[in-house]
Amino acid sequence: MAEPAARRRGGIRGNEATAGWLFVAPAVLILGLFLVLPIGMALWVSVSGWNGQGSPFAPGVPFVGAQNYADLFLADGLTRENFMISIRNNLYYVAVAVPAQTLLALALALVVNQRFLKGTSFFRTAFYFPSVTSSVAISVVFLFLFANSGAVNALLAMIGISGPAWFADPRGLLHLALGGLGLVDVADPPAALTGGGPFGLSWWEWLAGPSVAMSTIIMLVVWTTSGTFMLIFLAALQDVPVQVEEASLIDGANAWQRLRHVTLPMLKPALFLVVTLGLIGTWQVFDQVYVMSQGKPANTTLTPAYLSYRTAFTDFEYGVGAAISFVLFLIIVVMTLLQRWIMRDRDEVRPRRRWWPRRGSTS
Amino acid sequence: MVAAPREHLVTAPGRPARRGGLRTLVGTFLGYAVLVFFALVFLYPFVIQTANSFKTEADAAAHPLSPVPDPFTTAAFTKIFDSTAFPLWIGNSILVTLLITVGRVFLDSLAGYALARLSFRGRGAVTVMIVAVMAVPGVVLLIPKFLVLNQLGIYNTYTALVLPLLVDAAGVFIMRQFFLSVPPSLEEAARMDGAGVFRTYWSIILPMARPALITLTILSFQASWNEFPHTVVAVQSPQLFTLPRGIANLVSGSLGAGTQYPLKLGAALLATIPVAIIFVVFQRYFVRGAAEGGSKE
Repeated sequence: MAEPAARRRGGIRGNEATAGWLFVAPAVLILGLFLVLPIGMALWVSVSGWNGQGSPFAPGVPFVGAQNYADLFLADGLTRENFMISIRNNLYYVAVAVPAQTLLALALALVVNQRFLKGTSFFRTAFYFPSVTSSVAISVVFLFLFANSGAVNALLAMIGISGPAWFADPRGLLHLALGGLGLVDVADPPAALTGGGPFGLSWWEWLAGPSVAMSTIIMLVVWTTSGTFMLIFLAALQDVPVQVEEASLIDGANAWQRLRHVTLPMLKPALFLVVTLGLIGTWQVFDQVYVMSQGKPANTTLTPAYLSYRTAFTDFEYGVGAAISFVLFLIIVVMTLLQRWIMRDRDEVRPRRRWWPRRGSTS
Repeated sequence: MVAAPREHLVTAPGRPARRGGLRTLVGTFLGYAVLVFFALVFLYPFVIQTANSFKTEADAAAHPLSPVPDPFTTAAFTKIFDSTAFPLWIGNSILVTLLITVGRVFLDSLAGYALARLSFRGRGAVTVMIVAVMAVPGVVLLIPKFLVLNQLGIYNTYTALVLPLLVDAAGVFIMRQFFLSVPPSLEEAARMDGAGVFRTYWSIILPMARPALITLTILSFQASWNEFPHTVVAVQSPQLFTLPRGIANLVSGSLGAGTQYPLKLGAALLATIPVAIIFVVFQRYFVRGAAEGGSKE
């Protein structure tokens, strides 16, 4: 890659080096100025007490060290409580949304890929359509669908169920399930659970599960992302050689055995990509919370992404907001690495230099 | 390759058919049942949205599921154009989307070409930077982006809405991959004939890259038309709201008081239509983009 400098000025290679830099200069400048440099600035703000007045680099802005980070994890107070609630909410959100969207996408891809069905390209288009529409516009539609007198409750009424007031219902699904099974009394939870717990939140609060309100956002996200992930699975399915399937057919494998032992193993790279993108995406939920709930009711739809925005732009605690962003960044990186480690394939010799997400690996 | 095993393959699926004729029928039926069910799940919300935007408020509240407005009224749309800043939002959205799309198609392809084809010192480092930037989650950058816009003194301007989005790392990467896949013989011939690098790029390379450029145009259009979080940290003044920002404000802000579902659904519908048309016309490019670029969020 290190091309020796052109010996003669104006030689073809010399022109090329200049042209090369000229060609990439706008991209490097814009990405550097608006994506790389800001990360450095935010790093400073996250260890400062800047309140949004003037420049964060003005001499009067105090350096507070790790104080903002300590407020999130160690110091007892509203900041830590809100942050831990947002982490809890997002953990449940990830735990439900990622498996749901992965399984739905896989199932849709397997059905659409059936050769004996006609007109599958129409259905492929239909399933993918929600993915390309605006998240704000879709959130408005879901606000209506799940409104008290909305379509979902009308549908539920048809089968004799009186639906909840979706967006006003802070009850945790796990609490409801535990109460429904008679294991605990939700109105008077056991003292062993309410007494204490990690990071200033009681065990009882940690065990709430996603709230009824949060479940609408989960449904919305699963609904919009499944189409994209289905396409990734479809691309991989079309790479499965017909001969392999036919060979297993001759060997007398039934449909389930073919799926389990032939198709799924070949889908592993696609599965890896879908789960990784899912983990990255579900920790970033912002638009839907902004439009549909603003964290309400009772903070049960609060996510770290939305909380960092709210802390900075409504409460003017930019330092804490920036600190939340960095913690979120770290969570996403750790999740990706962890997932990479769990799904590692010992037989596969992986090129060592590819440490970044494998974009385009399905094409 | 050889005839014998092929015959074998052809007869093989025939064998279970004798006892499984019924099973195939049941399988086909089940397959279509699943497809139709999910087609309803994925498309019926749009039917509900369209129908309810032509209803009266009372009708929308009483019969939310019905696909037929009774009575049919365009009152919601009249109200959208008369009593909200909708025309302004549309104007802003068109302007911003046009600028960003043109910028991305030109600058992304320029950079992608250089990274694939031109040898210059630091090319490897730039490639690594592009890929690393692609991996940074966008939501994490909300506060940082605000900081830099504020520091540069362009917060709350059209420049803030457009400039940071003029280049997109994923687009550069898609173009780079495309140029790597084309044989270099044609452009080498042009260069031997004495054409300059930019001339070669402009008159030889770009026309050849048409399919990739169309994909990039469509992805850029869709992304910038729908862009929401960036507008939240880039501008504050209602004069600078784009459609997603305006609608979000209409729904969640103080203006959102009261239900007014036909109005909100109608506004959201109007914002969806351009992308829907592009999607239907250029479907295969969307599909290719999703497969090549991975999912963007």
